[in-house]
Amino acid sequence: MINKVISGADEAVKDIKDDAVLMLGGFGLCGIPENCISALLKTGVKGLTCISNNAGVDDFGIGLMLKTRQVKKMISSYVGENAEFERQLLAGELEVDLIPQGTLAERIRAGGAGIPAFFTPAGYGTEVAEGKEVREFHGKKYLMEEWLQADFALVKAWKGDTAGNLIYKGTARNFNPMMAAAGKITIAEVEELVPAGELDPNEIHTPGIYVQRIFEGKDYEKRIEQRTVTPRN
Amino acid sequence: MALDKIGIAKRIAQEVKDGSYINLGIGIPTLVANYIPDDIEVVLQSENGLLGIGRFPYEEHVDADLINAGKQTVTMLPGSSLFNSSESFAMIRGGHVHLTILGAMEVSENGDIANWKIPGKMVKGMGGAMDLVASAENIIVAMQHKSRSGESKLLKECSLPITGIKCVKKIVTDLAVLEVMPEGGFKLLERAPGVSVDEIKEATAGKLIVEGDIPEMKI
Repeated sequence: MINKVISGADEAVKDIKDDAVLMLGGFGLCGIPENCISALLKTGVKGLTCISNNAGVDDFGIGLMLKTRQVKKMISSYVGENAEFERQLLAGELEVDLIPQGTLAERIRAGGAGIPAFFTPAGYGTEVAEGKEVREFHGKKYLMEEWLQADFALVKAWKGDTAGNLIYKGTARNFNPMMAAAGKITIAEVEELVPAGELDPNEIHTPGIYVQRIFEGKDYEKRIEQRTVTPRN
Repeated sequence: MALDKIGIAKRIAQEVKDGSYINLGIGIPTLVANYIPDDIEVVLQSENGLLGIGRFPYEEHVDADLINAGKQTVTMLPGSSLFNSSESFAMIRGGHVHLTILGAMEVSENGDIANWKIPGKMVKGMGGAMDLVASAENIIVAMQHKSRSGESKLLKECSLPITGIKCVKKIVTDLAVLEVMPEGGFKLLERAPGVSVDEIKEATAGKLIVEGDIPEMKI
């Protein structure tokens, strides 16, 4: 097996240059590449285009990179948890493309799967449709949407092996598998890294072919946005 | 008396059919889950990648890797499944999710819905709402009949940027249950207890269709 293991987050992101296009996995703060984001804060790389469902919160996730003004453009579906984001956007300091969540997921999937465009009903008749080709199939109108690809995809998994195979946990899977396939270079950070052969091939979510670099992350904070509980009694 | 949020949720719960797969939006729609009758089996879908949402966890079972689309910590019921975001919206677009219940800022008399943007004021994004309203076979809106400033939210045409066109089938507000007619117009089906037809007429800016006696909701 080809060994994809590298030393850690600093090595993983060291060749990410100014103006790179990145994909970052996660839904809210669930399943985000915490270690890679910390490493990017250290390199200080600027002018980034970040494709990610959300933009983190003010003091965690991509929100940290917004604060340091490393992000030029966000491509997301929902950015409501981030006041700094809203401020930069209304002040014209940040570009943003808001995309329906399913369209975003499918554009990334298409990018990894070699499908340059597809048709979806989402957004037909709304301002999302402006400038897009509309086609009718079986009496319903659809918008043409193009694939998304990235210079680097930063994904987070629960377990991974030295060959780059990944398994995600719970709803931390979200956008990570499609992004892994849509990055020219995909960097996977995992909570537990094991030798090839230890993960059951039946249970692999992301086959190692999509992953170029893998490392075991550390100090995962896994912050919770809405801690909702059922009281005991 | 106009219904409170729980009243709206209880009334919508009566619309839920046995054996259906349902996506619940944030806010009042999430509350609907608490009032679905025990003899009705449904599966709740969360667009971030879960079928079979359970109740909130006990404190010691809170898991940062298990949240719903509102980013709240949840549990999984027996028989749950997990999947990625692309698969999640394939389920939605493919028509496998039968019912979508969501909130709205405005609904027009032809079934357009606006719930994602207030130009110059609010830029949060549409999340999964545009995909959901473009695809579900049944879409029910849960909202207040009027805005906080007292403007009707049931309009001839939406004034805000729309989320989807001609998609809303039914609306449950604090005042009434209304059906959006295929040819246009809000058909009044039920009144909230103690609310008169005149009060509903006064609160509805779009075309209101009133035929015969309008019964009170049974909550």
